[in-house]
Amino acid sequence: MELNRRDFLKASGAGVGGIFLLNALSPAAMARTATIPPLKKQIGEGYTICPYDGSGCGFLVASEMKDGKLKVVNIEGDPDHPVNRGGNCSKGAAMRQLSADNPWRLSKVLYREPGGTEWVEKEWDWAIERIARNIKDTRDANFTTTDGEGNLVNRTDAIGNFGGSALDNEECYLLSKLTRALGIVYLEHHARI
Amino acid sequence: MTNHWNDIANADAILVIGANPAENHPASFGHIMDAIDEGAKLIVVDPRFTRSAARAHIYAPMRSGTDIAFIGGMIKYVLDDIDDNPDDYNLTYITEYTNASYLINSNFQGPADLEGLFSGYEGESNETDGSKRKYNKSSWAWLTDSQGIPLRDKTLQDPDCVFQHLKRHYARYTPAMVNAICGTPEDTFLDVCQAYAAVGKASKTGTIMYAMGTTQHTYGAQNIRSYCILQLLLGNIGCAGGGINALRGESNVQGSTDHCLLFHILPGYLKVPTDKDSSLADYISRTTPTSNDPLSLNWWQHTPKYIVSLLKAWYGDAATAANDFGFHYLPKIEDGKNYSHISLFEDMNDGVIKGLMVWGQNPAVGGPNANLERSAMDKLDWLLVTDMWQTETANFWQRPGVDPADIDTEVFLLPALSSYEKEGSVTNSSRWAQWRYKCADGPGEAEDDLYMLTIIYRKLKELYEAEGGPNAEAITNLTWDYGSGHPDVHAVAKEINGYDLTTGKLVVSFGALKDDGTTSSGNWLYAQSYVEPGTDATAPDGNKMARRDAVDTSGIGLYSNWSWCWPINRRIIYNRASVDLDGNPWDADQPVIRWTGSGWTGDVPDGGAAPMNQGGYYPFIMKPEGLSRLYGPGMAEGPMPEHYEPWESPIDNPMSNQQNNPAFKIWHADEQGSTSEYPYVCSTYRVSEHWQGGQMTRNNPWLVKLQPQPFCEMSEELAEIKGIKNGDDVIVRSKRGEVKVVAVVTKRFKPFQMNGDTVHQVGVVWHWGYTGLSTGDSANMLTPHVGDANTMIPEYKAFLVDVEKAD
Repeated sequence: MELNRRDFLKASGAGVGGIFLLNALSPAAMARTATIPPLKKQIGEGYTICPYDGSGCGFLVASEMKDGKLKVVNIEGDPDHPVNRGGNCSKGAAMRQLSADNPWRLSKVLYREPGGTEWVEKEWDWAIERIARNIKDTRDANFTTTDGEGNLVNRTDAIGNFGGSALDNEECYLLSKLTRALGIVYLEHHARI
Repeated sequence: MTNHWNDIANADAILVIGANPAENHPASFGHIMDAIDEGAKLIVVDPRFTRSAARAHIYAPMRSGTDIAFIGGMIKYVLDDIDDNPDDYNLTYITEYTNASYLINSNFQGPADLEGLFSGYEGESNETDGSKRKYNKSSWAWLTDSQGIPLRDKTLQDPDCVFQHLKRHYARYTPAMVNAICGTPEDTFLDVCQAYAAVGKASKTGTIMYAMGTTQHTYGAQNIRSYCILQLLLGNIGCAGGGINALRGESNVQGSTDHCLLFHILPGYLKVPTDKDSSLADYISRTTPTSNDPLSLNWWQHTPKYIVSLLKAWYGDAATAANDFGFHYLPKIEDGKNYSHISLFEDMNDGVIKGLMVWGQNPAVGGPNANLERSAMDKLDWLLVTDMWQTETANFWQRPGVDPADIDTEVFLLPALSSYEKEGSVTNSSRWAQWRYKCADGPGEAEDDLYMLTIIYRKLKELYEAEGGPNAEAITNLTWDYGSGHPDVHAVAKEINGYDLTTGKLVVSFGALKDDGTTSSGNWLYAQSYVEPGTDATAPDGNKMARRDAVDTSGIGLYSNWSWCWPINRRIIYNRASVDLDGNPWDADQPVIRWTGSGWTGDVPDGGAAPMNQGGYYPFIMKPEGLSRLYGPGMAEGPMPEHYEPWESPIDNPMSNQQNNPAFKIWHADEQGSTSEYPYVCSTYRVSEHWQGGQMTRNNPWLVKLQPQPFCEMSEELAEIKGIKNGDDVIVRSKRGEVKVVAVVTKRFKPFQMNGDTVHQVGVVWHWGYTGLSTGDSANMLTPHVGDANTMIPEYKAFLVDVEKAD
């Protein structure tokens, strides 16, 4: 009898987190899990797609509420996913280290003033105000409405934009839309390099 | 990819060239192994004996940058074998589905006649004047009748037909020439030819898997053209287990390309407006191809519907017929000017670009000639970076060797959320758009880019409404209706899909889009990704990208109800080429589609019309002429791929006196290294444990433990000559810069024996930089600022270096 992971969870009658941490596809693990009692703590299970290469592998993310924050407990390959079928490469296996627990993650807006020698933490409102002002000033001072031949061109050559294949589709779409509305033509990203 | 990851398992032969899937696309390798279990042959062609090569039936070493010669030799083998053993090939496919039968202008001459050049070149051999490094392509055209329909000789015997031109062109690509150029032993090369040509039979298929090893050359696009020609001669495009399959290196590089974050295209691959487009009508007339051939569907004839629907998505009620639907809100590029990556940094260096926005990218590590690009950033007035980490790009002002006090750039670094801390879709190499969910909270005040874009837009709108400015309405009239707080990602996804504006309902496919302003669609290719709730049993809530039905009912692994793929969930594109003229699959055991007499079963066909023998149209519907191009007159450097050497090469081109691609732009002739100073070929590449510019892996303690530092791989033979031992620190030096890395002395590289000459090649992994948990020199300090003649992708994969033991 072949069971996929979800059938197994149903069959075992233990559809809560404890089993999640084991390799449910291995017969040995299946035998073991039948004797493990359900954990007291509920561990949420979410579904994600790997952020690394273009294979589009599926991953299951287990997380729990801790100190008011939803924290990652474990990430493993999604056995139902047709591409990776539960497997993961070294990067996929280490995906949980991208989480908020990683001390290298940025948690505040950083700002470096002209000629400055270090980063300074700033508030979002202050930064967005200043960023929008820079965009507007640079755009408006370097805007070509009509070119030398009298063609209406409505562009600025003074602002470049990079990114991004690391963004979701909906983010890419809005970035494409916003940059075009601003008249940006130096528009590039990972696909070229 | 024309096909998709699971489809690899259907192949009878797999040719991996310019890629290392075992290392860089590990999930794909499971499907390769499935194919092998069913008897498929795996062929790996690479300068290095890679992890992929370790599982291959045939490994063929090939010097970096010689794909056109290698594949050209295979094409010659196939063309010769078609003469000798015609029953082993699908001649109907070649005659009916490709342009083999087209008759070419009798003025056309090729490299066999013109010493490496094609007719129409404006310069001399090895031209150095940039203004003359281009072709007048008029002599390359095919002949047409008075209606513009191509003239054909379906016997393929006319000396001016494409098939005969191919035979003359490729006659020069002999096994001896392949050896002289590529360094591949002749017997190994013939083994490859024999094994792969076996999929020329109508019922057999082979797939080509390639990646950046193919594209990152001054003739990268022609490398891919070579693959296409081979696949078309073998009848492999459109079929299960076939196709031409780019292994894309980022989780959403397919999606970011579909949404066209590139200077030359608008979402859905619509051409970008230029200064010559004085009206929407001008733009449509310039960009919409026409065909008078009743057998050609000419899909891009629908361009007017897609551009008007895009403008309606962006400008809503402000886009009216009276104002050309807001066409003039869009910027117009200077016709013929290139604004791509290399140009962008050159123009930044020249002070043209004063502000730069960077969204989750790290060009200070990933861009070519890193020393040049990093110092160009010193000229910026301001820089905005969004990322999960400090990156080399954000930290350019504190890179080694500069005094931050000397750099006047104002820099903002916004903290971003990771992939599993937000919700949205990403599109993989298979063109599958897959929905993912927020599963955890991010650190501190980190936000997603959707939110950052929204609050920047809101602030800009406020500023332009208060103060005005040039073309201010392009900003103030822009639609941004995703709620007042955090933007609703589903509202964005629905806008991308598009609406029937007369009913307010989501459109069911791009077939519903109109050019009269009554429909909207932010990207016509994604129409059908999100439909009205309750209208599709496979996606009750309407979001087809979120589907998770892992049951495959196709028998060939289409998984049609898993997520959703563009276009209109067609899993294998050009699939009308997988059937004969009566609609019967070439391979009855692995049918993609099949004509039942009244309709098609299987995958979503490339249009629902009857088979060709019953009045249907040609299968390659994205080409105005409807047939695939063995002969491609749109390319910058010639209608057929010709071998040239990389910009920096250790040898004189054995094929002709024309050393390099005659049509690519040379930015800095003085940055070309000579063989006497830099005798070894170098290529940059990746390892499984790290990823691209490194910010997502060099800050990850487990991965840093696995691969702690950059290294240079070299052969035992070269190490012996240079007195280098495994583990030594070495300096790798090019004309642009130098890096200090660790030597990995290995049997994986072997010197190339080329017609009596010995050529050494080394490789440097490139993920590192000066910021983060793991730091090291960037290989891109070595690479040149030159790019492909068609695409301007940089030549990362073949350049010259010297290597010596560090003091």
